[in-house]
Amino acid sequence: MLATILKRLLGAVPNLIGVVIVTFLLTRALPGDPAAFFAGPAGTAEAVEQIRVKLGLDKPLFEQFFLYVRDLAHGDWGNSLATGQPVLTELTTRLPASLELTLVGLVVAVVVAIPLGILAATRPGSWIDHLCRAVATAGVSLPTFFTGLLLAYVFYFLLGWAPSPLGRLDPYLTSPPHVTGFYLIDSLLARDLEVFVSAAKQLLLPALTLALFVLAPLARMTRAAMLGVLSADYIRTARAAGLSGSTVLFTYAFRNALLPVMTTLGMVFSFLLGSNVLVEKVFAWPGIGSFAIEALVASDYAPVQGFVLTMALLYVFLNLAIDIAYGIVDPRMRLHA
Amino acid sequence: MSALLSVENLSIEFRTRGGTVRAIENVSLQLETGESLGLVGESGSGKSVLSFAILGIQDAAARITQGTMRFAGQDMLARRGEAMKTLRGRELAMIFQNPRVALNPIRQAGHQIEDVLRRHTDLKGAALRARAIECLAEVRIPDPERRFAAYPFELSGGMCQRVMIAIALACRPRLLIADEPTTGLDATTQAAIMRLIRDLGREKGMATLLITHDLGLAREFCERLAVMHAGHIVEQGPTETLFRASAHPYTEQLVRATPVGQDRLENLAAIPGNLPDLRRVDLPHCRFAERCQRGDAACASPLPRHALTTAHLVACHRPRLEAAA
Repeated sequence: MLATILKRLLGAVPNLIGVVIVTFLLTRALPGDPAAFFAGPAGTAEAVEQIRVKLGLDKPLFEQFFLYVRDLAHGDWGNSLATGQPVLTELTTRLPASLELTLVGLVVAVVVAIPLGILAATRPGSWIDHLCRAVATAGVSLPTFFTGLLLAYVFYFLLGWAPSPLGRLDPYLTSPPHVTGFYLIDSLLARDLEVFVSAAKQLLLPALTLALFVLAPLARMTRAAMLGVLSADYIRTARAAGLSGSTVLFTYAFRNALLPVMTTLGMVFSFLLGSNVLVEKVFAWPGIGSFAIEALVASDYAPVQGFVLTMALLYVFLNLAIDIAYGIVDPRMRLHA
Repeated sequence: MSALLSVENLSIEFRTRGGTVRAIENVSLQLETGESLGLVGESGSGKSVLSFAILGIQDAAARITQGTMRFAGQDMLARRGEAMKTLRGRELAMIFQNPRVALNPIRQAGHQIEDVLRRHTDLKGAALRARAIECLAEVRIPDPERRFAAYPFELSGGMCQRVMIAIALACRPRLLIADEPTTGLDATTQAAIMRLIRDLGREKGMATLLITHDLGLAREFCERLAVMHAGHIVEQGPTETLFRASAHPYTEQLVRATPVGQDRLENLAAIPGNLPDLRRVDLPHCRFAERCQRGDAACASPLPRHALTTAHLVACHRPRLEAAA
């Protein structure tokens, strides 16, 4: 098992090399000149040229790439021009915020979508089946930034139920001591209930926005997979053996339906990482997505490259986790070393 | 003594968008303890619908419109839901065709047997496991301790069928329904599986209802046959009587279409026509009338049920009566 995981990780190395090359080239190919951006609108041609030399942007592309890779190999992801901080520090302090938001959104979506899909599949044509279809249609047709704005408008501006959509905590509270970087966990570890409640409240709307987005594919896939499995021969065998309804539904049907649901889960998790970028912007969430957008606007190469590389690493681990989970559910899929 | 299983005048309909399918009409059959009855007929004749109804696992769209079903004296139509579930798997069991897909692909064979035992007995822990291994041994699976942990994809088709038989027989049922149990298996395995079902039936005094389209198989295996055509049982009686002196034209043609010994393909006669569409409003009383070469005007009236002997019944206006002698 351990050997297989190592092998899989080694197999991901070429992908990561590809990501490094492509992001390097893409950032260079993008319109916009960081030197001009940081010289400001009043900067003279000489000032721009000076900054360019200082940043090493006057060197040939090949040499720039060589320097970038050499720094990466030493664990130096470069500095953000906007904040002056090392990119790696920026990303590691912001990543927990994004992950916490994404995971909470995903958990909410799973908790709602899977029972909804199962109920819809076991009662075809009932109101819950129609609800499932309505949710699926709404979920795919509403973009996240729109649902995010709508939720903020209704629950913050109109009803005043939610706190202002500005970051992870009430501005009068201080963040809990850093352990995991997840405020929900850190505040509990510090036994600070006030911070926990505030963090949960702040999370509510952005997490709901993300959940609504991924609810649709999850519920639809659960319903379809359950319908397929429930008409399978082995379900008939289980019924003929007089097994109780819950054993048939969960031990026999749901565990088999879990495989396509897990594939979808992996897919929507990567959607979530992507759509985070917009949701973080809407809710002023200090995650890596909003960081990357700001850097992109400023043609700040190092943070953008760092962001894409982080995402690529996350995908690698995500896919590995999904494959391991597959093996646990389905003996036919067990990873063979 | 009353029969183990007694089905009287059972009719089942399916309501579909294309109209009502009268899948089973006025079907009656009896099965005694330890007896083996073959239910034969071409695909779509209602054999499986009937057997699912006996187990109470018919499709949600199926409606039982009339008739009674009694098992060991108990009214089964009154015992729907939970009460029926305790009977199912313990007293009545069923095995299916295509064993490789009829077992849960992601559950160990032994655990699938344990599931049934746990449901119907009080066995737990080591005793449960021991009994499950015993079940595997009973169906002549070599090295049952090791096979306990095997997943269906690790077993051959024949082994999977043995596992399914082990699941069915785990609680020593009094009636086993075998729905085309050898479909999807190769010829040598077929014979072994049929022998196993027959031997286990004899050992345990279990009645067997064999559902098949293979008349040759039914002849070897069953004491009695019931021939189904388009949702009717057109003829039933002792196996050899039906082979030597079939009274219904459909049985007669089925027998002629069945290879015996050295028969060559060109000697076998195909039955002309197809099963009628059971959604038709103008379905004739005799559903074989449109394929029958013996029919006449009288065949348009409601079907009679002739008892040629006490055991030999035929539903036909023009049975071949001389055969009954």
